Amino acid sequence: MKALKVIALPAVLFAGWWVLSAGSKDFYRPPLRTILVAFADTWFGARIADDVLPSLARLGAGYAVALVLGIAAGVVIGRHPAVRETVEPVLEFLRAVPPPVLVPILILVAGIGDLMKVLVIVSGCVWPILLNTVEGVRAVDGVLADTCAVYRVPPVRRMVLRAASPQIVTGARQALSIGVILMVISEMFAARSGLGFTVVQFQRGFQIPEMWSGVLLLGLIGVALAALFRLVERSVLRWYHGQRAAEKQH
Amino acid sequence: MRGLLGAAGFVALLEAAPRLGLVPAAYLPPASRIAAALGEEVRHGTFWVALLDTLQTWAYGLAVAVVCGVAAGMLIGSVPLLRVLTSSTVEFLRPIPSVALIPLAVLLYGTGRTATLLLVVYASFWQVLVQVLHGVADVDPVARDTAHSLRLSPWQRLRTLVWPTALPYTVTGIRLATSVALILTITGELIIGTPGLGKEIAVAQSSGAVPAMYALVVVTGLLGVAVNLATRSGERRLLRWHPSQRVAV
Repeated sequence: MKALKVIALPAVLFAGWWVLSAGSKDFYRPPLRTILVAFADTWFGARIADDVLPSLARLGAGYAVALVLGIAAGVVIGRHPAVRETVEPVLEFLRAVPPPVLVPILILVAGIGDLMKVLVIVSGCVWPILLNTVEGVRAVDGVLADTCAVYRVPPVRRMVLRAASPQIVTGARQALSIGVILMVISEMFAARSGLGFTVVQFQRGFQIPEMWSGVLLLGLIGVALAALFRLVERSVLRWYHGQRAAEKQH
Repeated sequence: MRGLLGAAGFVALLEAAPRLGLVPAAYLPPASRIAAALGEEVRHGTFWVALLDTLQTWAYGLAVAVVCGVAAGMLIGSVPLLRVLTSSTVEFLRPIPSVALIPLAVLLYGTGRTATLLLVVYASFWQVLVQVLHGVADVDPVARDTAHSLRLSPWQRLRTLVWPTALPYTVTGIRLATSVALILTITGELIIGTPGLGKEIAVAQSSGAVPAMYALVVVTGLLGVAVNLATRSGERRLLRWHPSQRVAV
């Protein structure tokens, strides 16, 4: 019964799209059947290795660098109030710059190769991670910190990172969706390969079903990455969710 | 005080790094030249037209997203069956990156404002909707039962029970949507070519006007800061009565 409720609306929407578009003669809105055929023809082949995987690899590399940088800098800034007060206005400004405008700047610095795209992803993803880590580190319970100091628990590794991890995960989640956006944009603006580039090529060449299939693929990648993130989060923050559930019962 | 020092240090670094040759000035002009380019920009009408275009697209998109998000959230959140039926669809549609819609928007609407508005509304709608849904679900069971025994009409219940509970969540959603909408507005202008600051940045980049490009990027950053400050103070004013805004004594 529960499964039925979960799939009911998606099934209706999908069927509705299928039926309503079945006889479509509109050049820009092809039948769903045509789009799905184009999906299989377009993406199950050489394009996976040529366009999809390199895009995902750049996203992974940029995201990983942003995680390391953001958490490391966030711990330092969060633990030293003087540093935090000094850099706060600059961070507020850098965070407020819309990440996509970094693409033209980084093209100047790093050309239009892989390095530029990874740098774009790093420079967009790092802020939510950094700022959330700072907040998480600041909010570490004082009694807990003192207790750890007395028992000589290594503070950063065993206590600060653990206590701040729910906040860090929140930042990492925001960063992931920014990363996906920047992966696509960096390829749309200037590139010779990659998912974003290919989809824009289809659009400019009026290969409409192929373009729709690209939009569909980008959507599926977004959904898959969000699901993967939730899996990782559930194992990393198992203790936290358990604690919250226990608190709620009281 | 320290903050001013930090900001001054940042500007000094931007000035010194290219002057000392640490970074080629062709990539990163000194801060003084960026400031000069900014001074040049603000004397031209095109800059102000672009700024106004950006603000208009942003405001339209945000308004549509907030109205639709709040209405849909209140409706879906108040009817348990709707909530169960839609949750999987919401979870599926929400993570779709809005930039995936760019080619579609260009084909259907060309490079005009509507194309960018599509991105802005899609991205910010989910921020509002999800927060409103959380808010409506947070209604205190005792208060709900009380409202039930007092036989409040559905409208009274919405106004005196659901709305005050959901308001803090809604405001958070609007705050998130505000900055997302600004990012997507400028993205749409940059990639699609809708008139606005983003398009000016793309033009400056392709014509090699590096200091002007940096000046416009600085403007987008300042715009972002202004929007953040405005929403934060608006949030404080609107939720003055709420426990989360009380100052500890």
